[in-house]
Amino acid sequence: MQATGMSANNLSVFYGEKEAIKSVSLEFAPREVTALIGPSGCGKSTFLRSLNRMNDTIGGVRTKGEIWIDGENINDPGVDVVLLRQKIGMVWQRPNPFHKSIYENIAFGPRYHGIRKKKQLDAIVEECLRKSALWEETKDRLHSSALALSGGQQQRLCIARSIAVQPKVILMDEPASALDPVSTAKVEELIAELKKDFSIIIVTHNMHQAARVSDKTAFFYMGKVVEYDKTDKIFTNPSEKATDDYISGRFG
Amino acid sequence: MIRRKELDDGLEQLKGMLIEMGTRVEKVLGDAMRALENLDTLAARRIIADDIKLNQIEENVDLLGARMIATQQPVAKDLRRILVAFKMASDLERMGDLAVDIAKVVVRLDGQTLVKPLVDLPQMAEISQQMIRESIQSYVQENVNLACKMAKDDDQVDALFSQVVRDLYGLMMDNPRTITQAGLISFVGRYIERIADHATNIGESVVYLVTGKRPDLNA
Repeated sequence: MQATGMSANNLSVFYGEKEAIKSVSLEFAPREVTALIGPSGCGKSTFLRSLNRMNDTIGGVRTKGEIWIDGENINDPGVDVVLLRQKIGMVWQRPNPFHKSIYENIAFGPRYHGIRKKKQLDAIVEECLRKSALWEETKDRLHSSALALSGGQQQRLCIARSIAVQPKVILMDEPASALDPVSTAKVEELIAELKKDFSIIIVTHNMHQAARVSDKTAFFYMGKVVEYDKTDKIFTNPSEKATDDYISGRFG
Repeated sequence: MIRRKELDDGLEQLKGMLIEMGTRVEKVLGDAMRALENLDTLAARRIIADDIKLNQIEENVDLLGARMIATQQPVAKDLRRILVAFKMASDLERMGDLAVDIAKVVVRLDGQTLVKPLVDLPQMAEISQQMIRESIQSYVQENVNLACKMAKDDDQVDALFSQVVRDLYGLMMDNPRTITQAGLISFVGRYIERIADHATNIGESVVYLVTGKRPDLNA
């Protein structure tokens, strides 16, 4: 599959009466890393989850507006959510591998989507582990439990699992916040590698991580996007004072 | 927020050091010109010996700025404040060196009398001193208009310098025995003209600090 961009158009998300996301419009370019930053409760994770309709699973959440990918509005009632999440993968804050072997963690998705031949699955497992820089560490123990891996390895396995179904976009919600510095550096390196094939949207509380890994940065505050620009610009000379104050640690 | 306090304290310290450098440079230029007018070699030697203080402050700016970048990870305007501090400290240190160069001319003129009274040079120095003062003021107030005024003042200094050189050429042609001294005096003109250029650089730094864009005021 080809990497593709996606866009949100006047997207609003409500928790009951409360409008958590207020008519946000953002364009995500293909093969770019976009970082979403902002203080806790500003709506960035809610926004991220709405990009592959993960909010559907939370009671009392209502979504208004459009999200376009491949000429399709994913908020249309007719959209197959399973296929949608194949197209738009997700990596969570805490590594959450299945209680299965390393091999099965990766083979699970492709098998679910109809690939049965062992040779083909073997090839996918190897390719995904290589792309996630895990192959050398795991090739001799593919059939041992994924839970025996370290936290950083587990997170890279989750990333490998997410790319096994050949998504176009990968959403990451604080993918390195539970990891030690070395594992964090590995995940960041991996993000830089993965953007050759995928579009990546990442929520992070770590400002310097946003500065290091992303091409564009969107600053969320109180459910709105205050500023969206090239990351270089945001971190050297932001246009909005609120952005400057936030990234300099004056509030948030 | 603890992180901010450390950063804010550091930025305040940098500002204080730059103000001190500016005050010292303005004074040392005045002292050097007075030493020249009076051909006071004693004062000139004191100026030369005192230059080490400016060098030390510049070094401290570098150390503190580097430490803050390493430990506080400043971004956006905070980062520009530190980058500008490096640049300004280096400009101010150079200005101090140029004032020392004037003092060295005084030492070389030991035992002579001036072949002509100084008229344009003191005026150049006065404008340059005002530029130093105002460039630092524009930095403290983050006043872009005042910073941009440096360009106009610098043109004035440049024009005076051309005048000085023309006059000295005339003097040298009329009386070749003045060549050595007139040559040294024209160097002094050049040193002051360079000081004004560095003050203009400070103006540019202030514009960059405030707007994030680099103007070219020395064009």
